[in-house]
Amino acid sequence: MSVPFLRKRQSIIPGFGLTMGFTLAYLGLVVLIPLSTLYLKTASMDGQALWHTITSQRAIAAYKLSFGASAVAACINTVCGLLVAWVLVRYYFPGKALVDALVDLPFALPTAVAGISLTSIYSAQGWVGRLFAPFDMKIAYTRVGITIALTFIGLPFVVRTLQPVLRDLDPEVEEAASSLGATRWQTFVRVLVPTVLPATLTGFALAFARALGEYGSVVFIAGNMPLRTEIAPLLIMTRLEEYDYKGATALAVFMLSVSFLLLFGINMLQRWSRRHQEVGG
Amino acid sequence: MSRVGVCVWTLALVGLLSGVAIADSSEILNVSYDPTRELYQEFNTAFTEHWKATTGKDITVRQSHGGAGKQARAVIDGLEADVVTLALAYDIDAISERAGLMPADWQGRLPNNSCPYTSTIVFLVRKGNPKGIRDWDDLVKPGVAVITPNPKTSGGARWNFLAAWGYALRKWNNDEAKASEFVAQLFKNVPVLDTGARGSTNTFLQGIGDVFISWENEALLAVNKLGKSEYEIVIPSISILAEPPVTVIDKNVDRHGTREVAQAYIEYLYSEEGQRICGKYYYRPSNPEVTKEFTNQFPPVEMLKIDESFGGWHAAQERHFADGGTFDKIYQP
Repeated sequence: MSVPFLRKRQSIIPGFGLTMGFTLAYLGLVVLIPLSTLYLKTASMDGQALWHTITSQRAIAAYKLSFGASAVAACINTVCGLLVAWVLVRYYFPGKALVDALVDLPFALPTAVAGISLTSIYSAQGWVGRLFAPFDMKIAYTRVGITIALTFIGLPFVVRTLQPVLRDLDPEVEEAASSLGATRWQTFVRVLVPTVLPATLTGFALAFARALGEYGSVVFIAGNMPLRTEIAPLLIMTRLEEYDYKGATALAVFMLSVSFLLLFGINMLQRWSRRHQEVGG
Repeated sequence: MSRVGVCVWTLALVGLLSGVAIADSSEILNVSYDPTRELYQEFNTAFTEHWKATTGKDITVRQSHGGAGKQARAVIDGLEADVVTLALAYDIDAISERAGLMPADWQGRLPNNSCPYTSTIVFLVRKGNPKGIRDWDDLVKPGVAVITPNPKTSGGARWNFLAAWGYALRKWNNDEAKASEFVAQLFKNVPVLDTGARGSTNTFLQGIGDVFISWENEALLAVNKLGKSEYEIVIPSISILAEPPVTVIDKNVDRHGTREVAQAYIEYLYSEEGQRICGKYYYRPSNPEVTKEFTNQFPPVEMLKIDESFGGWHAAQERHFADGGTFDKIYQP
């Protein structure tokens, strides 16, 4: 459906030149120039050193942890965030404005504060950690702790992405489905899911990307043990502390490239699901 | 045209903002490391008054604190520091080498290796010392959880590592294989490797670990501020002389026209008043007269010296903390 738009070079909306010019200049200054210096710095490394840096055993363990924990956290956020957004849009209850505002807190809280508070709650002496300690279950300083921190910081992205979509979703559509004989499950799977799927994917992608880059809160709860609980951003910081700018940028470029591919993939999936939905509906 | 126009405007804005950031000569910036916050807060007030009294001029001292490595990188990358007061000479060397902001022999310009105050490494244990920690040997026993930050990311932790290494060398007659084994054993007992000293303090106060290897000044601060009833300080048989040096950044002070005041600022750290403030914030003063006033606070410890025992920071850094060094080997499976 986007094809006719592409063919029609001249948009009827005025100001294309001006706004496009601004967009390119802005993206160039804010995103492309800083990122291209990353690639340039890495390009000055010789191939073998580069390969050694990005494929060392420690680096690979760190990527696995970073991508794995971020994906798990983003999945938790997608499911729970959908539920939170649903409750906030569909129901009325006292204190709703307050709950709504609470969702934004992880955005505003300095990440170090988040990390320290989560650690003190989930450590073996903390309010929550204490409950698990008798069963020999540790939360803080393990991968579970890392996932919790990443879930905490990612929640607002899913909720805030889904809220407007759910708000636009007219309850009458569900009523119509029901009056046409659909069961609740059918209504959910055939009517609700296709509508919110693209936005859910966006929310997932945002939460995932945010979690990948997170450093401040995770280093407090992670334990930071090499090969076990060391996240990739920490490995990059470690390189910087050694004044090894090239090694640090090499790791960063690798992370960035993989993240870009993943986000691009999610974006494509989202486009596909939107088109699919429009064709189907 | 629009694209070019936007570019020009944005560049103009950036230029304007950076113009604002240029400091004038009635202000100096001291870039320091993490645990000196309280010390410099008081010292800066004292110096401002001293400067006013001797020259009649007003001066504002701005402070920046953070991990030593990060602070050094900020100065290398262009933070306009007039004075740096960091955790170890290695980080200040990096400023001289990588940015060429002052001569390589900066450390010889002031007395005592440019260290107006020193510190050492001690153990902080829980009240009553339940695990009976007395010396470095006790840290490698099974079941003892040791808290220290990561030497790769924390300047303070490098002193910890070297103190343990020095102890092991002494114990096994300079047998380096034994020393490697000893520090590896010690780090096996470390359940959490925080990135900085304050992070480790936080971990220890959370109730994690039996012993916290710490700067003496941080340990004294923890005991005196957080309650003598909860923690105790244990002094090991051998420790290391931790020398946090200070220097003027020549190229920056010449550009700012602040050489005179910046020089006076770091020299004032050596004055009797400056030394007393250092002692008050738990740093060992370099002036023997002032040290006498603090004998109760600073018991005598045998301290190894970085230059004598480890061949200086460069050798120590290359050997132990560089990529693939002794520390990395501990964690290789």
